[in-house]
Amino acid sequence: MEIIMAILAGILFTTGVYNLLQKQLLRIIIGTALISHGAHLFILTMGKLKRGAPPILDKTITDYTDPLPQALILTSIVISFGVTSLLLVLAYRASKENGTDNMETLRGNQND
Amino acid sequence: MLFAVFFPILLALIIPFLSKWKTTIHTGYFVLLAPLSIFIYFLQFIGTDFQTRSGSYSWIPSLNINLDFYLDGLSLLFVLLISGIGALVTFYSIFYLDTSEKLGHFYVYLLIFMTAMFGVVLSDNVFVLYTFWELTSISSFLLIGYWNFKERSRYGALKSMLITVFGGLSMLGGFIILVNITGTTSIQEMISQADVIFASPYFVLTLVLIVLGAFTKSAQFPFHIWLPDAMEAPTPVSAYLHSATMVKAGIFLIARFTPIYTLSELFFVIISGFGIITLIWGSFMAVRQTDLKGILAFSTISQLGMIMAMLGFGTKAAIFAAVFHILNHATFKGSLFMVAGIIDHESGTRDIRKLGGLMTLMPISATLAFFGTFSMAGVPLPFLNGFYSKEKFFDASLNLGESSLWIAEILRVAIPYLAVFGSIFTFVYSMYLVFGTFLGEKHLDKLPKKPHEAPIGMLIPPSILIIGVIVIGLFPNLVNESFLAFTAEAIYGKPVETHIQFWHGLIPAFYMSLIVVVVGTILALYQKKWRKVYDYFPGKLSFNRVYDWLIAKLESYSKTLTDSYMNGSIRRYMILILTAIVLVTFSVMLITGGFVIDYSDLAPITIQEVFVALAMAFAAIATIFTRNKIAAILILGVVGYGLAVLFVFYRAPDLALTQLVVETITVALFLLCFYHLPNLRERTEGIKEKSGNLIISVAFGLLMTMVAISAHSSKAFEAISQYFIETSYKLGGGDNVVNVILVDMRGIDTLFEIVVLGIAALGIYSLVKLRSKKEAE
Repeated sequence: MEIIMAILAGILFTTGVYNLLQKQLLRIIIGTALISHGAHLFILTMGKLKRGAPPILDKTITDYTDPLPQALILTSIVISFGVTSLLLVLAYRASKENGTDNMETLRGNQND
Repeated sequence: MLFAVFFPILLALIIPFLSKWKTTIHTGYFVLLAPLSIFIYFLQFIGTDFQTRSGSYSWIPSLNINLDFYLDGLSLLFVLLISGIGALVTFYSIFYLDTSEKLGHFYVYLLIFMTAMFGVVLSDNVFVLYTFWELTSISSFLLIGYWNFKERSRYGALKSMLITVFGGLSMLGGFIILVNITGTTSIQEMISQADVIFASPYFVLTLVLIVLGAFTKSAQFPFHIWLPDAMEAPTPVSAYLHSATMVKAGIFLIARFTPIYTLSELFFVIISGFGIITLIWGSFMAVRQTDLKGILAFSTISQLGMIMAMLGFGTKAAIFAAVFHILNHATFKGSLFMVAGIIDHESGTRDIRKLGGLMTLMPISATLAFFGTFSMAGVPLPFLNGFYSKEKFFDASLNLGESSLWIAEILRVAIPYLAVFGSIFTFVYSMYLVFGTFLGEKHLDKLPKKPHEAPIGMLIPPSILIIGVIVIGLFPNLVNESFLAFTAEAIYGKPVETHIQFWHGLIPAFYMSLIVVVVGTILALYQKKWRKVYDYFPGKLSFNRVYDWLIAKLESYSKTLTDSYMNGSIRRYMILILTAIVLVTFSVMLITGGFVIDYSDLAPITIQEVFVALAMAFAAIATIFTRNKIAAILILGVVGYGLAVLFVFYRAPDLALTQLVVETITVALFLLCFYHLPNLRERTEGIKEKSGNLIISVAFGLLMTMVAISAHSSKAFEAISQYFIETSYKLGGGDNVVNVILVDMRGIDTLFEIVVLGIAALGIYSLVKLRSKKEAE
């Protein structure tokens, strides 16, 4: 199963990077969202899947799945959420202000 | 000794205040104090009972860098030259520079230079030597660019800076290697370990690096090009820095390191070879110049080449001749520059084609110039010091030792002929200089000013130098026995003969001098006929062209290079970053054998999970192709919710919960902005761009998959999670291990994650709220 998940994470990275290389701002944001999904899956796969019960203590269970990657991913989800929402508003303002959402034309001034 | 070295720079601190009264008293009078007192201080060491002295003052003891000063015959000669000519030049500059100039700047630079030069010649520590060495480059840069409103001055200053600093840095490299070989920073201790250095595999490298430093500073071929352009400096500077002192720093360096390198044949080949080339090229090019200072600049180059060649010969007689010529050159060249300055000052031009017949108008300057140039040319008149050193040079070139290196052997045979050849041109330009200026027709109408004799103050310093020329010429033993013998001994390592004969008799060197005079006279008389050769020979081969071409190309190529990747396109930068990540990670993994697959420890595959994974993969790929923005948002949602489902499968209830909430909010956010977001356009990239994107993204995804599989397949050690599970209740008092980790065990992560969210919220708020009036409407 880990191998399938690794491949899935790879697909998420691939599509994320492909979107990242596009010219439209919205696509770039979609790309970053995909990449963070891929990264979360990646971390989870690293810590081995399904090696016991959910990490909620119970006297009758001895095997639990690894709780540490889960804690890390939880932190990461929140941070990527913050970043994605900021990016979204930033993209909105940038396209409003400059009248374009094409990254190839948003290059700054030659002499800056 | 410490005070002597730093006295000028300390004086430089108060010069700016003194220069405020420059209209009542010329600032130069205060400056005169420094070189004069130092000259008198060092005069006391002269004598037949000279002993070396040293002094050490802590600077950075932990790095073995201390202000170690060492006064031997070699340092003494240079210290006396620097302070003596420094005093004369300062005196001369009082009359040369008008009080309307920025005198404060001038004298501050000049005093910094004096300290730097004293430091160079007195330092025994290589790093201290290097520090002062660069200080001479910097102060020379400031002095050449003194009239910074002139374009030529700025060009000359930059050129000299680039070339000398290039050499200085090479020299530093050589020093560092030497320190590593010998384990000491002291030059004298290095000399005592000369055989260790000679046996080292880096011997040749250090030799080349140090020689580069010396050649750039002393304007040796092909680094001589900065010196003629440095003539844009005020004449006192040219006289001081670019004839008598700074350009001899390279000579000093070679002389100082001769005891180390003299073991090597290569040293002889490089130093004498380039010295002779510089001698010939400099004197040949000098005849071509039309500017008085230009002639003198090339003459300096050629004379420095001659001294360098004699140091390279390395025989007892040659080293003595080199030392003797250092002193002689400083006297006559300093005076000639001062005379050129007087002519410039009194007639308004330095162009030799406009000058002529000044003999009757400026009799004293003319007399000084005659003595100076005749001494420079080595005319066989036994009261001129230049004649002695030239004859000793010829004599040394005839008596070179045996050698095993074939190239050295060829050089030994050729050197006497080349020496005579170079000296013929020396004779020609000397005659051209003095007769072109002072004899012949007068063209008073062409001159900007009506020439007349200079004020007495301007004439005193060159007169003193010319008196020096004659006194040394008549009584060579006066300077020789008292200190030149010790200088030569410091370079040669053994005591040398201390007596110069007043008249050598009819030795072969004398006939060589005669050949120079006869052929030189013929060439000088028929100069007009053969001057055309300059149209062909250096013509386009000049090294200035190479330098200008190099600078221009360097700038244009680096601009092209930077423009090629810094084009402002985010996509280009992303491609570069991702390609670098993929290539570096992939090759490192491949080299270290990092890619492994291990099937033994895998979770079982269930159909539901595969189904969810397939849906996610399908949705992720679909984001690329969709053109409808609401579809794109929803498809992204599918991926997010799919991930939440996977979290459920993989026993991560908290993650699933958070992922669901976050995904919902994100989708909601997207939908909120939905109305304002621009529509997704059809992707317009061409097939080339498309395939480029595809290759990079697939490569990146593939790499991450392989890394994930390899990492999973090679667990180096047990996870620490057992600790968390065991102590979660005991220490944290909670059953939910993930939550205990988040708030108890790794609470700081959570704190700053909250901060991140807060900052994002504030950022969003300000982005939405704060906007210019125009936009808000």
